[in-house]
Amino acid sequence: MSTGLMSTPLAGTTLVAALVLLLVLVHRPLGAHLHRVATSERDLGVERFVYRLVGVDARAEQSWAAYARSVLAFSAVSVLLLYALLRAQAVLPLSLGFGGVEPSQAWNTAISFVTNTNWQSYSGESTMGHLAQMAGLAVQNFVSAAVGIAVAFALIRGLARASSATLGNFWVDLVRVSLRVLLPLAFVAALVLLATGVVQNLSSGVDATTLAGGTQHLTGGPVASQEAIKELGTNGGGFYNANSAHPFENPSGVSNAFEIFLILVIPFSLPRVFGLMTGDTGQGRAIALTMAVLALAGVALANLALAQAGGTVPGAVGAATEGVETRFGISQSATFAAATTLTSTGAVNSFHDSFPAAGGGVVLLNMMLGEVAPGGVGSGLYGLLVLAVITVFVAGLMVGRTPEYVGKKIGGREIKFASLYFLVTPALVLVGTAAAMALPSARASMLNSGPHGLSEVLYAYTSAANNNGSAFAGLSANTTWYNTTLGLAMAFGRFVPVVLVLGLAGSLAAQGRAATTAGTLPTRGPLFVGMLLAVTVVLVALTYLPALALGPLAEALS
Amino acid sequence: MTVLDTRTDPVLPDHQPHPPRRVGGGLLDPRLLLTSLPDALRKLDPRTLWHNPVMFVVEVGSVLTTVLALVHPSLFAWSIVVWLWLTVVFANLAEAVAEGRGKAQAQALRQAREDTVARRVVGWTPGATGLEEQAVPAAELRRGDVVVVEAGQLVPGDGDVVEGIASVDESAITGESAPVIRESGGDRSAVTGGTRVLSDRIVVRITQEPGASFLDRMISLVEGASRQKTPNEIALNILLAALTIVFLLAVATLQPLAIYSRAVQAAAGSSAVLDADGVTGIVLVSLLVCLIPTTIGALLSAIGIAGMDRLVQRNVLAMSGRAVEAAGDVSTLLLDKTGTITLGNRQAVDLVTAEDVEPQRLAEAAQLSSLADETPEGRSVVVLARNGYGLRARAAGELADATWVPFTAQTRMSGVDLPGGGGSDPEGTDPTGGGLLQVRKGATASVLAWVRQNGGRPGPRIGEAVDAISAAGGTPLVVAERRGDAPAEALGVIHLKDVVKPGMRARFDEMRRMGIRTVMITGDNPVTAKAIAEEAGVDDFLAEATPEDKMALIKAEQAGGRLVAMTGDGTNDAPALAQADVGVAMNSGTSAAKEAGNMVDLDSDPTKLIEIVEIGKQLLITRGALTTFSIANDIAKYFAIIPAIFAVVYPGLGALNVMRLHSPETAILAAVIFNAVVIVALVPLALRGVRYVPGGASAMLRRNLLVYGLGGVVAPFVGIKIIDLLLALVPGLS
Repeated sequence: MSTGLMSTPLAGTTLVAALVLLLVLVHRPLGAHLHRVATSERDLGVERFVYRLVGVDARAEQSWAAYARSVLAFSAVSVLLLYALLRAQAVLPLSLGFGGVEPSQAWNTAISFVTNTNWQSYSGESTMGHLAQMAGLAVQNFVSAAVGIAVAFALIRGLARASSATLGNFWVDLVRVSLRVLLPLAFVAALVLLATGVVQNLSSGVDATTLAGGTQHLTGGPVASQEAIKELGTNGGGFYNANSAHPFENPSGVSNAFEIFLILVIPFSLPRVFGLMTGDTGQGRAIALTMAVLALAGVALANLALAQAGGTVPGAVGAATEGVETRFGISQSATFAAATTLTSTGAVNSFHDSFPAAGGGVVLLNMMLGEVAPGGVGSGLYGLLVLAVITVFVAGLMVGRTPEYVGKKIGGREIKFASLYFLVTPALVLVGTAAAMALPSARASMLNSGPHGLSEVLYAYTSAANNNGSAFAGLSANTTWYNTTLGLAMAFGRFVPVVLVLGLAGSLAAQGRAATTAGTLPTRGPLFVGMLLAVTVVLVALTYLPALALGPLAEALS
Repeated sequence: MTVLDTRTDPVLPDHQPHPPRRVGGGLLDPRLLLTSLPDALRKLDPRTLWHNPVMFVVEVGSVLTTVLALVHPSLFAWSIVVWLWLTVVFANLAEAVAEGRGKAQAQALRQAREDTVARRVVGWTPGATGLEEQAVPAAELRRGDVVVVEAGQLVPGDGDVVEGIASVDESAITGESAPVIRESGGDRSAVTGGTRVLSDRIVVRITQEPGASFLDRMISLVEGASRQKTPNEIALNILLAALTIVFLLAVATLQPLAIYSRAVQAAAGSSAVLDADGVTGIVLVSLLVCLIPTTIGALLSAIGIAGMDRLVQRNVLAMSGRAVEAAGDVSTLLLDKTGTITLGNRQAVDLVTAEDVEPQRLAEAAQLSSLADETPEGRSVVVLARNGYGLRARAAGELADATWVPFTAQTRMSGVDLPGGGGSDPEGTDPTGGGLLQVRKGATASVLAWVRQNGGRPGPRIGEAVDAISAAGGTPLVVAERRGDAPAEALGVIHLKDVVKPGMRARFDEMRRMGIRTVMITGDNPVTAKAIAEEAGVDDFLAEATPEDKMALIKAEQAGGRLVAMTGDGTNDAPALAQADVGVAMNSGTSAAKEAGNMVDLDSDPTKLIEIVEIGKQLLITRGALTTFSIANDIAKYFAIIPAIFAVVYPGLGALNVMRLHSPETAILAAVIFNAVVIVALVPLALRGVRYVPGGASAMLRRNLLVYGLGGVVAPFVGIKIIDLLLALVPGLS
């Protein structure tokens, strides 16, 4: 542990540099592959079989409204099936003897996995049997990620097409992304994870006698396969309660670094698809660069916050390492925490609640950015593109033209969708937090009092509404109030923005394309990246500053 | 072949001063602030204010704080109340001032709409005389009525001259005192109601319905009576409303958090800003008003009105705000060659001599033949002979016995016949011995035919010179003379050239940097057109253009995602004017053209198109700059208000009080006052428009971001600190 602490700055920098290098190398081929998936005219045999099975005409394009209806219908059915599966666990095989999941928790969990949030108000090893994990949660880990990517595809098509009434076909996007992207990648990733020591079996676990003489039940299971898609699909729902802090999920520094890479790889590759489809890779690069700057800032701040608080003396007594896994040390923990909150993953390998106040504030802020740096699979890209639309609107005026983005005019209709989009999440977070803080019963779930307690509640709603799913811990969220309201926050936080994004995409697709001239606002250079960064940060700061001031800020400054 | 270089500056008959490079605007008259005050107060009516969601929220907040101050009066509470109300009044004042300037102009126009009595003729047909006349009030004239107007009378309504020719004083509309000629047929047939006929008699067919005359429309436009929000304004309003809702949420949800925080820090005392019930209502409203984008919300409509007004000041009437916005977006400008790119007339720039001809002799012949030629081309030949060849100026009257041969469409040449050699040879060394001197100047084929008829044999140099001049886009005029009975001789060629207006190339370069493509439209042949296009520096040209070609060009540009602006005056321009995104009709043009375009230039100056584009851009930039400024302001306001409210509970938050403000009360009041004062401070900028320097998008953006983005972050820190320093001196505030 001490070696890990001493080499923190160097180890941290090396880890981040290695990740950056790897992402720079991988985003191009993966982006190109995703682009082929989004544009290919050919269906695989297995895909044709699926289309026939569900009765979909793969060549029929959908309007934005039809696309949105398909997303909502698919997700609603998913929620119902998952809810039923969890409730009926007791009578189904491979239950490991666990009973049915309690209604409010089953609803919360179903919503949570379908919305790609993976907030877990349950403890995996003591609630879910193998069937629920594999046929329920793991399936949603794939398809909820695929839904996000599909919606991102639809928005890109809206920007790339001219005078088009349609945005593609949701069912085709869903099936292709699942079969051609997520499954093969998850398979390879699971093998790598196995090699690093993650377990994979169908055992019901073993009992071990601890040093202190007590017995501990160690549940085994299909962990590696779950773990791969958990990170790859920015899901974050752990097999175990301890999530990526559990040695069966994340045994070593190597597996930890690999998991961080998995979290980031798809979100950072999607801007490339945007560039390729609009025929101007510079546009995609500007978006990816914006994500990268925000992400690096988040990672640096998290590392700094943890390392600072862990100065020589407090470090010696383990102050900043409270809640930090000794296997990983500070830099591996801080970087993982930043990556998981910057994307809508929400997996944890350390306890954010135990971070120094500033560190807790940073991971909270990361989520408040709206999960755009690089955000969840798909949702990160569409979130940042919506912010780009707003940036272009204000900045575009300053070059003396009515604003346009990649040749699309940003008029009243587009601004209506974009404005409503950025209204949704703050509304859910702030109203949820305020309501919880006003209710004595909801306040009772807080572990701590004072500003830290407020941070716990604020974190929970921020995590749910942004579909992150990580928990600050400390908050006992398995109550009817939190299961229900957080479930609502997750559902609205996912599907209202999705519908708005598709509406925006439809409105953009219907337009012709304006010619680009020297008088057009350039949306690919460093100037635009800077503006997009400023708009993202300022919008967040202005919206959440009062709440942050009474939570982490008050704590950090006291 | 001797090519004489005579590149002295050509004379520019109607030389126009280079327009100022900065799009300026009217200055704000401080008296206007006072006279607009009643209007500003009238606009406090919630039913009016409702259309401006941001200011409506401020007004609701003002009412709320007034009630709270009545219940718990204090100097702090009442100070906040007063400044919140002032914020709303200042916003209304900005709009009222902008409208006030238009109202003054409308008043002047109304005076032109005196009640006139029209002389309506019944059953008029072309050429009919002695028809019955009825005296009807001008207001009762309908489309299709025919009226007679004679010298000294006002034209009773808009219409087209169908018979006669008259000089008309249009100063009531255009402000230009020089009378203009209006005649039946052609493109100079439109007359406007309210203008005065100065000479002769015309018969006019009315083309308007009652109450819908050009003058009526003009009055309602400058008054802003028919003002509708433009598409971009609507979009911006949606964004501002969304921001307002975000801040409403942030402030409303703050209360439970504040109550909780206060409860866990029970040791903290109560203050005017925070007690056991949470943040006081007055402070919550103050925070909200400071955060919502009041600056841009207050100035948005003033910016729009002022933009229209700036056009009116340049004698351009935009029929809708939408057209002004479209002007900013224009990416292709169609410019008529004549009058826009070139001076209206061709000028003689060079003389090319034939074999064995002294330049001096050619110049003399050219001068002689042009003395009586009163066309601008003719005058320019005289000027060239004087300036380029040192010939003394002569008037046609000096040659009393000269017989002038006028130009006709049949002969296609003009000239002079002088008995006895004329004055061209005062020393008497003329070998012809003073016989008849005939000089001819004109179209190549005609003059050469005349030379051959009279026994001359033109050399090859003439043909070469003619070809060279044509290839360069110029017009050759061959000069020939015949002395006595000697064979006629072709002396050389005058090079007539379209003269590009000074400064046009720089203007077009600028346009290119702004991303605007310029296309020259001309009836000339492609060779001539190409030469002029290259000289003027336009990006493209359309030669031998027919109205159909023009229309096709506009449609092609639009299909490529470009917005097209053009000017036009003729009836056959009307379809293209209607198709173009910005169609500027010349006031001198036909009614059809004026109906089809979405702007009318009262000065009938086609160059104005360039200024219109700049004004459109300036309007949009002003809007964007003030929006950025408004949002950037919020950062400092947070630093003022958040520690002011919560440092009592969490002393650590005092670290956020980077401005070291005196007390919570002064801090909050200072933020509210700054918020109100900045509106008034920016009214002149909103009316004048931000500085606009034509250039590329990146440079413009960088500059505006620096001034209004960074400036918007920094300015309130300074402003709030200064106000706080002053407030600290007020006893009883904290």
